[in-house]
Amino acid sequence: MSVRNQVTVYKKELTEALRDHRTLLSSILVPLLLFPILTVVLGDAAAELYGEAMREPSSVMLLGGTDSPAVLEGLRNVKNLKLVPTSSDYVDLISNKKIRAAIDLPPGFQASAEHGEHPAVKIYIFSGDLKSTLGATRVEKFFTEYRDAAVRRRLSAEKLPEDLMKSFDIKQENVVSPEKVAAETYGGFIPYIVILMCMTGAMYPAMDITAGEKERGTMETILSSPISRTDLALGKFYLVVTASLVTAFLSVISMGTSVALLSSFVGKGIEGEEIPILPMHLKTVIAVFVVALPVAVLFAAVLLTISLFARSQKEAQSYLTPLTFVVIVPALAAVLPGIELTPKLAIVPILNASLLCKELVSGTYHWNYIALIFLSTSVYAAAALFLAVKMFQRESVLFRS
Amino acid sequence: MIEARGLCKRFQDKKRGEIRAVDNVSFRCEPGKIYGLLGANGAGKTTTLRMLATILEPTDGTALICGHDVVEHPEKVRANVGFLSTATALYPRLSAREMVEYFGRLNGLDEATLKTRVDELFTRLDMNDFRDRRCDKLSTGMKQKTSIARTLIHDPQVMIFDEPTLGLDIMTARAIVAFIRECRDRGKTVIFSTHVMSEVEKLCDVIGIIHDGKLLTEGTLAQLREKYAERDLEEIFVKIVSPHYVLAEAH
Repeated sequence: MSVRNQVTVYKKELTEALRDHRTLLSSILVPLLLFPILTVVLGDAAAELYGEAMREPSSVMLLGGTDSPAVLEGLRNVKNLKLVPTSSDYVDLISNKKIRAAIDLPPGFQASAEHGEHPAVKIYIFSGDLKSTLGATRVEKFFTEYRDAAVRRRLSAEKLPEDLMKSFDIKQENVVSPEKVAAETYGGFIPYIVILMCMTGAMYPAMDITAGEKERGTMETILSSPISRTDLALGKFYLVVTASLVTAFLSVISMGTSVALLSSFVGKGIEGEEIPILPMHLKTVIAVFVVALPVAVLFAAVLLTISLFARSQKEAQSYLTPLTFVVIVPALAAVLPGIELTPKLAIVPILNASLLCKELVSGTYHWNYIALIFLSTSVYAAAALFLAVKMFQRESVLFRS
Repeated sequence: MIEARGLCKRFQDKKRGEIRAVDNVSFRCEPGKIYGLLGANGAGKTTTLRMLATILEPTDGTALICGHDVVEHPEKVRANVGFLSTATALYPRLSAREMVEYFGRLNGLDEATLKTRVDELFTRLDMNDFRDRRCDKLSTGMKQKTSIARTLIHDPQVMIFDEPTLGLDIMTARAIVAFIRECRDRGKTVIFSTHVMSEVEKLCDVIGIIHDGKLLTEGTLAQLREKYAERDLEEIFVKIVSPHYVLAEAH
């Protein structure tokens, strides 16, 4: 092995990659601009839609209620609530978003409520629809206040204190740092993005310097030089790892900027709570990249091996596209609630890195897991690299026709 | 010096089974001589030359290039060989200078020697006008000159040309032929494959006729004319190869 030759190949591949528009696009421009653009466009659109939903009066249908005049009057006076005439096709109207909700009042509701008979109010909604949910929230707020007022009137009639019904309060209080709350809420997206970008950043260069070389006829040229095939494979491999890490790094930077942009668009959640912002400390970024390193090595080696097997870039693409889906599933694990690191999961490739990154982002450092995951991913990466180097020595692969 | 000793190359094909692309081929090429490997398409010329250039490994047999065994020391062999074929393309995003320098470095030249060699070659081949132009922007002739400079950068003792004029226009093909002759005149050992009879007649000191992976005959043009009682090389070639065509078809 000659490090000098590996460096020579690496420098040449880097020069070519930096002159290739497609590599620049996939490894630099897309990760750098994708998130801010998506955030600006989607954030702006989301803020606009949310604002519009908040401003729009909710059209609500009252089913029954003719014998409850006070309720009817009260509903008419609720701000941003518009009562529409009753009709039997209210389910269709809700489904077609002509009205936002329907209130089903049982007969004699008002009288029953005054006498404490616990009548039930049903609100029919389009679950998942923002405007329907908002309409239901407005209706619910009215009925909660109506119920409290009825209770107060009855307590007052019995000359009992108003706080009789509330012998104690229940309050939830967060004791965890905002950093951890943010990490738990959406910190899983960081490893997802890092892992996915490690993969996509490596994909095009891997195809270009293997299957692409076969297609352009430069593979035979380089094989006629004195460089050993191991050095050739390693020089090319370094370039793919570089592209993978650069893409992942730029994605994280770009995502950090996007989060800041997003907070300026929305600022508060649907119920007016503060949205926790995920701080990206230098220590966190370094820790995430220490985990990403063996992942990038693993991807680079696997992608090189598969691409080298292909006869053309088109064929390589048809092999690598399904692989993306294989990676997305474990990478998404960290986004799903309830999945936590266990010794068994710590040796599952990609999934382990995904879960570990989420922990690192929240500031939790389980050193035994860090060591186990770094080690196991390194072993997988080394095995994949060994395979890639072996593939460079197989004539049936290099001259596959 | 090139010495092929019983070179064999077999491939496995799913449909056709084992294919003997090269079957027990032996020959010698001396320094200052051009050995022409003449054969039809699929005769085994490219596979033979690829084995000599250590791009492919022989299944059986071996060859010595400047005393180095192609199986035992392929890297030493490649350091002594310049290999040029229509399949050896240039890196499109490198300039002509970068392309030649890259191969100089891979051949172990230090930076000072490399600079001297590049300047010397670019002047000799009249390449200075396009030295910094990207290879994908070069004309066919310019590309061919760059490929020649690439093969010569480490001043190899052995030159291997695999159908170097295939698909080239007449002027570029003539330049290549002149270059091959120049290599011989400089004392290099030259082997080249072709199916163009006129090139063989013009260039070769020794001719080997290869068919179906086997070297059927070899000798100087004069020896072949005498042996087969024919003046025209094409007639000689047909005379040698035809019985084998008949046999192959009968088989």
